[in-house]
Amino acid sequence: MKKMIFPVVGAGGLLAVALAIANSRRHLAVVGSAVLLVAQTNAPAQLINGAGSTFDYPAFTKWFEAYGAMDASVHFNYQSIGSGGGQQQLLKQTVDFGASDAPMSDDNLAKAPGKILHIPIVAGGVAVIYNLSLPGSPKLKLDGDIIANIYLGNITKWNDPKILALNPGVPLKEIPIVPVHRSDGSGTTFIFTDYLCSVNPAWADTVGKGPSVKWPAGIGLGAKGSEGVAGQIRQLTGAIGYAELAYADKNRMPFADVKNSSGNFISPAPDSVSAALATAKVPGDFRFSMVNAPGDKAYPIAGPSWVLVYQQQKDAGNGRKLVAFLKWAVTEGQKLSPALDYAPLPEEVQKRELDLLNTIKY
Amino acid sequence: MNETAPNQPAKNNAASQFGDRAFKGLTLLMALSVFVLIGLIGFELAHGSGIALRQFGWHFLFSSDWDPVNEKFGALPFIFGTLVSSAIGLIIAVPLSIATAVYLTELAPLWIRQPLTIFIELLAAVPSVILGLWGIFVMVPWLRGHLFPLLQKWFGFLPLFQGPIYGPSLLAGGIIIAIMILPIITSVSREILRSVPGLQREAAYALGATRWEVTRIAVLSYAKKGLFGAVILGLGRALGETMAVTMVIGNSPQIAKSLFAPGYTLASVVANEFSEATSDTYLSALFEIGLVLLGVTVLVNALAQLLLKTFAGPGVKPQH
Repeated sequence: MKKMIFPVVGAGGLLAVALAIANSRRHLAVVGSAVLLVAQTNAPAQLINGAGSTFDYPAFTKWFEAYGAMDASVHFNYQSIGSGGGQQQLLKQTVDFGASDAPMSDDNLAKAPGKILHIPIVAGGVAVIYNLSLPGSPKLKLDGDIIANIYLGNITKWNDPKILALNPGVPLKEIPIVPVHRSDGSGTTFIFTDYLCSVNPAWADTVGKGPSVKWPAGIGLGAKGSEGVAGQIRQLTGAIGYAELAYADKNRMPFADVKNSSGNFISPAPDSVSAALATAKVPGDFRFSMVNAPGDKAYPIAGPSWVLVYQQQKDAGNGRKLVAFLKWAVTEGQKLSPALDYAPLPEEVQKRELDLLNTIKY
Repeated sequence: MNETAPNQPAKNNAASQFGDRAFKGLTLLMALSVFVLIGLIGFELAHGSGIALRQFGWHFLFSSDWDPVNEKFGALPFIFGTLVSSAIGLIIAVPLSIATAVYLTELAPLWIRQPLTIFIELLAAVPSVILGLWGIFVMVPWLRGHLFPLLQKWFGFLPLFQGPIYGPSLLAGGIIIAIMILPIITSVSREILRSVPGLQREAAYALGATRWEVTRIAVLSYAKKGLFGAVILGLGRALGETMAVTMVIGNSPQIAKSLFAPGYTLASVVANEFSEATSDTYLSALFEIGLVLLGVTVLVNALAQLLLKTFAGPGVKPQH
């Protein structure tokens, strides 16, 4: 479509000039010539399409803008239809790249018409938000076991001894806990349930992890989108839930300090997520999980988001531009991440990703 | 124009015959295209749910298990939620709508009829999402703080009104459906009542009936069939209502005795989970939910038409 615009504009300009000269309208002739000139000098730009995760959407928007200022010959179009949609569209080859918060399953990878590479592009934290209307808004300290038991329905009141033990001095009353979860499938749910699986065997056996899971029946509410979860929590005293760190930050919702595997209570922030990323074990195919990462300052509930591309690109021009953009995004683009509440990739991971990007053929 | 002598029919020449036939054919095509469209929708849904149909069979309709991780799917909680929330919506909206329609046609002073009608139709113009937002931020807190505790105090002996009150619930979903179907039932009922012939009313007055008896005997029972048709139209809308219901129903796939418990409808689960469904079985199960919704709608409409046929006697058919 975009490639057709300039020839069409050019033809229109030519027509305008011809008509103007025929009618001896000097001004119109000048304008028509200008349009013609502009149309001729602008070569059609490369258009790269992507689709997928809503979590990555703010990062992509910022990167497209910054990259477009450097290289005007390429335009990007990203549709944030969800990780599932991104994977589906990549499999159908309607987009050049997909973005997903959960790695592609082996089944889906086997179905793909070519080899698909996972390229981690951002990492983000999941904040545990709550509404207790406490004076002075003290920070709550929670650990994985308590959070899992809340969502399993075993801990039902805020003044439960386990919570009181971690938070001496906080005036917790005997109000019921209402756990809120995401009713729509989401990468945030994937990271959160991945974490609960790693800290609570009962959760791993009964519920498992995924972008959508079977939440224990009768426990709590489901709300659509992070906005829905935050909205429910804001109105219901005693509610607890989870949302992307960026969302919790921008909406100034109180969130908890969570105990990590070293025993420290860490607040979610770009540097604590970076600390988790630095100690995470990243295998060769880059499909990894970083929940409950080792490290003193690591925040335990965090996860990466991946760009999915085919190793063999169909279109040489598009492929070249896409690889150039991705190389920029994993190196220079990471400098823009902390402002958006993402954790930048550590140096060693960036180097390994550049090596991976070099294997893309076009 | 053909010149015709008086008392002679117009000449039937080939051109006007062709024009008539072409017009008839064209309108027939338009009417058939509606059938074709519905058939195509049903076919696509059936095609997409192939995997789930083969894997789960009839068990899908009776199982309460909705587990995307282990890929076990059952639609019973959603069918329950859809039917119950639509029923609550009808119970609240139908008496209100028909009473409003009776007021507008029989009792209201003439100067108020048009403005009131406009206001009611304005309610129909409110987009579903906006109503849902209003539901989350205004209606649900009010229900949680005021109406639900009152209901629990007065009717707490019934299991329907026991249990913890969160706010988002099956009852909240039913109330918002009632708000959405009120305008449509009111306007169609109003049209029906207006087309009751004046002679019927005059005959009743002549026999010595009071104002209310005239309304009851001459108008309402004459228009029974049409009013029922209006209710069916409202029910059709209620069954498919998605966004507003998703925002206030609590999105919890469970079958609970209490109306204060969160629920889930067929339309809501598709809206919530379709974009993130990655595996083929999951997608197929969601397609099958769509097929079930189509089936429920068709079944309910068919049942209603059957009931309609048992209403013997004259009646005004819905004209809209």
